[in-house]
Amino acid sequence: MRKITGNKLLVRALKEEGVDTIFGYPGACTIDISDELYKQDDIRIILPRHEQALVHEADAYARTTGKTGVCLVTSGPGATNLVTGLATANYDSVPLVCFTGQVARHLIGNDAFQEVDIVGITRSITKYGVTVRNREDLGRIIKEAFYIARTGRPGPVLIDLPKDVMCELGSAEYPSTVNIRGYKPNTSVHMGQLKKALKMLKKAKKPLFLAGGGVNIARANEVFTEVVNKTNVPVVTTIMGRGAVPTNHPLFIGNLGMHGCYAANMAVGECDLLFSIGTRFNDRITGKLHSFAPHAQIVHIDIDTASISRNIHVHIPIVADALEAVQKMNEYVEPCDTKKWLAQIRKWDEEHPLKIKSKPQMTPQDIIEEMNRQFDDAIIVSDVGQHQMFVSQYTEITDKKRMIMSGGLGTMGYGFPGAIGAQLGNPDKRVIAISGDGGMQMNIQEFATAVLEELPLILCVFNNEYLGMVRQWQKLFYGKRYSMTNLRSGALFRRTDGREMPEYTPDFVKLAESYGAKGLRVSRKEEIAAAFEEAKKNTGTPTLIEFLIDPEEIVCPMVQPGGSLDEMILDC
Amino acid sequence: MDNSIKKRWISVYVENQVGVLSKISGLFSAKSYNLDSLTVGKTEDPTVSRMTIATVSDDETFEQIKKQLNRTIEVIKVIDFTNIFVRMKEILYVKVLKCTPEDKVEVFQIAETFKAKVIDYGRDSVLVEFVQTATKNDAVVKLMKEEFKTIEVVRGGSVGIESISMMER
Repeated sequence: MRKITGNKLLVRALKEEGVDTIFGYPGACTIDISDELYKQDDIRIILPRHEQALVHEADAYARTTGKTGVCLVTSGPGATNLVTGLATANYDSVPLVCFTGQVARHLIGNDAFQEVDIVGITRSITKYGVTVRNREDLGRIIKEAFYIARTGRPGPVLIDLPKDVMCELGSAEYPSTVNIRGYKPNTSVHMGQLKKALKMLKKAKKPLFLAGGGVNIARANEVFTEVVNKTNVPVVTTIMGRGAVPTNHPLFIGNLGMHGCYAANMAVGECDLLFSIGTRFNDRITGKLHSFAPHAQIVHIDIDTASISRNIHVHIPIVADALEAVQKMNEYVEPCDTKKWLAQIRKWDEEHPLKIKSKPQMTPQDIIEEMNRQFDDAIIVSDVGQHQMFVSQYTEITDKKRMIMSGGLGTMGYGFPGAIGAQLGNPDKRVIAISGDGGMQMNIQEFATAVLEELPLILCVFNNEYLGMVRQWQKLFYGKRYSMTNLRSGALFRRTDGREMPEYTPDFVKLAESYGAKGLRVSRKEEIAAAFEEAKKNTGTPTLIEFLIDPEEIVCPMVQPGGSLDEMILDC
Repeated sequence: MDNSIKKRWISVYVENQVGVLSKISGLFSAKSYNLDSLTVGKTEDPTVSRMTIATVSDDETFEQIKKQLNRTIEVIKVIDFTNIFVRMKEILYVKVLKCTPEDKVEVFQIAETFKAKVIDYGRDSVLVEFVQTATKNDAVVKLMKEEFKTIEVVRGGSVGIESISMMER
C-alpha cells in the first residue's frame, strides 16, 4: 500500500472531517504542515496576528456555525499562547481541535528550542489532549479528536504533533469509525425521570424555566419556545442562555444572577419549581447558595453528569442533550395555570424595570437600543466587563439574532477576534462586536486580520477610560479607591495630576485608519443612529465606532458578591 | 444522605498511556479533592491499568469525584468500593534502627502478633514487612513510633479487588 507522511495524512483528515477553514500561525515545528496546506485549495487558511486571537477566532467560528473550530500553531510559545483561548472554549463548551507543533521525539525533555509540555500545561483546561508518539496512531487520534470535541458536552481537544512523527511515512488510511472504550456520551432522555419532572411542572403553582447556554449550544431554542408557549411557564435565562426564547417573548422575564433584572431574581426567590436546562449554576447565577431558590423543587437537565447536583441540590436530575430533552418535553407538556404567578412577576417588573436612568449624556442603553432598532439580523459578540453586562441586559435576541461572549472564563480580549471568527463563518450576516477600551486593546492587532480578510465588522468600543467593571466594585465596595483601573494612569498622569494628558490614549479612530479600517467617534446620543448608518455603508473593511461613555455609569441591578439574589442594589 | 467526612476507596480502570496518572492526580489537585493514596499497575490486558484510590471526603464531594473521573476520556470504568465486598491490602515496610537487644525482641513480638514477616536483619536494625489493611497499618505505624526511637516507614497504598464470596478484607 502507498505510504504518505503524517503531514499529508493530517491535511487529508481535515478534508474528510469537512473542515473548510483553519486558523493557523506557522513556526519551525509546523512548517511542513504549512507546506502541505499550500498545495491545496479546499481549506481556507486564516492568518491572525497572535495565537490567543487565533484560538478565539476559531472558537467564535465554531459557536456561530455549529462546526468544529480548527487551530494550527507551532510548538513552544505558539502553543502556550493558546492557553487562555482553550480555557475560554472549555468553560463555554465550544468544540475545537487544536494542533500544536512539537519538537522531534528524541528532543522531547531536553529543553530544546521552543519545546514545552503543552499537553501537560493544558491538561485541566481541555476535554482531551494527547501527544502523537507513533505515526501509525495519527489517523485514529485525529478521528477521535474531532469526535470527542463535538459530541457529549463539546469542548477543546489538543493534539501535539512531534515534527519527526509528521515527516514519517505511514498508512494513508483515515479511519471512518471511532471506538473509545472510556467515552460513550449519552444523549437520550430517561423518560421516567422526564415524566416525573413534567408532572411536577403541571402541579406547581409558581413554576419557572431557567435556560442556560446548553439550550443555545444544542440549538434547541425553537422547540424550547414551543414548550414555553404550550405551558405558559415564564422563563429566566443565564447570560449564555439569553435567546433561548426570543427576548421580546411575553413569557421572557430576563436574565438572572449578579446583574440580572429585579423581576427575574425575585421570581427565582419565589418560585416553587425551578425547571432548569443546560446551566451549571455558576456562582454568578446563584449568589449565596443557601438562599438560592429557597422554596423550589429543582429539576436539572444537563448533558454533563458532573454539572448536576454540584453547586445546588437537585431533586430531579436528568442527563440528556438539551435538544432531545426539549423535543420530548414538547410531546408531553400540558398547559399550566400560571395567571396569578405571571401577574406577580409583572408587578415586580413594573416596580423596578430594567433601565438606566435617562440623562442628557449618552448611556450604554441608548447605544444598544439603537443597535436593536437598526439590526434585526445579526451576530452580536461581546467582550468582557461592564459593557458585556449592558449587552446581556439590553440586547434583543430574536430568531435571526445570536449573541456570543466569553461567559464562563470571562476572557477580556475575546470580543474583537470573536467577531472576526463569527464573520468568517457567516459572511452574509451582520457581525457587531462590543468591547470596552480595556478589552479592545487586548487583541487590537487583529485589525490587520480583519482588514486583510475584508470583513465588514462593526466594532463598538465603549470607552470610559477605565476598567469599568473593577472600577464599579471599587466605587461601590472599596471607598472609591480606583486602584489600577485608570487606563490613563502613568508617570505623565502622576506628574501633571492628569492635567496635561494627550487627548486620547490610544486614538481609536486614527488607529483604525492606520490599519485601513474606518473609524468614527460618537460622544452624544444624537449621533448614535448616524454612526451605525455610516458603518453599514462601509462594506469592504471594519468600522470602529468609539462611544465616549461616562466612567460613573454603573451596571444595575447588582447582587453583592456572595449576597442573596433578592438583595439587589437597584439604584446607584 | 449522611454527609460525614470519611475515608473511601474507588477502583478505576484507565487507559495505560503516558499522562493518564498525571491527568487523574491533577484532577484531584485542581478540584481540591483529598487524595489519600493512589496505586496503579497494569492489568491482565497491558493496554489497561487499574488504580486503587483512597480519598477522605464527604458524600457530596465523593459523588463529584466519581462523576469527574467518569467524564475523563481515559477512564474506562469506575468502581465504588463503599458498599461492596472487597479484598484490600497494603504493603508496609518498617525498618527499626538503632535497636538495643531488648528492642529486637520486641520487634519480633510485634511481628508475630500482627502476622508480619521479619525479612531482614542487621547488627542493630530489623526490617519487617506487613501486608494487611491500610487501617491496621496505620495502627502499626503509630505503635512502632511509640515503641522505638528511630524507625523508617514506607507504604505502598491500598490495592483492592472485588471479593468472590460475600467476604470482606
